[in-house]
Amino acid sequence: MSVATIALAVALGLVAGVLAGMFGVGGGILFVPTLVGLGLTPHHAAATSLLAIVPTAAVGVWRQRSYGNLRARAALVLGLASIAGVEGGVRLALALPDHALRRLFGVLLLVVAAQLAYRVRSPAARYSETP
Amino acid sequence: MARGLLVRLLAIGVVAGVFSALFGVGGGIVLVPLLLLLASFRPHEATATSLGAIAITALAGVVAYALRHDIRYSYAALLGVPAALGALVGATAQQRFSARSLTFGFAALLVGVGIWLIVG
Repeated sequence: MSVATIALAVALGLVAGVLAGMFGVGGGILFVPTLVGLGLTPHHAAATSLLAIVPTAAVGVWRQRSYGNLRARAALVLGLASIAGVEGGVRLALALPDHALRRLFGVLLLVVAAQLAYRVRSPAARYSETP
Repeated sequence: MARGLLVRLLAIGVVAGVFSALFGVGGGIVLVPLLLLLASFRPHEATATSLGAIAITALAGVVAYALRHDIRYSYAALLGVPAALGALVGATAQQRFSARSLTFGFAALLVGVGIWLIVG
């Protein structure tokens, strides 16, 4: 691996981390293509991306907790339910055609983005109680 | 935790897990908007809590993959170490955003990912 490649990977990691901390995503969306670009197979890239996500999310959570933004019990419920969902999703992925679904999900994200943008236009969005 | 909220969180978690397995996107891109729209989380809480959930899910995945020797550790460090530093910067910077701008920013991220999924 050349110095330039390493520098690029570090820069992409940094960008992914900033996005992760700022928007509450894991960073995998940038990690996986970067790892594939570095020569890993998609399977190894997905596995390796998960390990890179762990410190990223952990540091973000630690920081957010100090600001009082973390709802820890909710995170625990979501995380555990998500593990169950991944099990189901993997089985579903093997049974369904990949490409059309991907596009459909892309369209769905655009609809959700519009919904969010519409929502913040209303002056007083109501929020649920913080425990 | 109120029962209604617990049921919603369980449903949101399962949906996020299914989508992330299906499309290879992290759970966050699904968790955050669902927490905002269906569980009435404040934007800063939604993003923070999403990271907590992701940490748990990713850790479970790491254990499963590690047992099968699918993880390239040096590559994970190459990206994970700068990303952890980035997350510190990102989470700190986020505190300067209003709830409204954070929501708009996240919507912009969704548009980007949506287009990438449609075109890519």
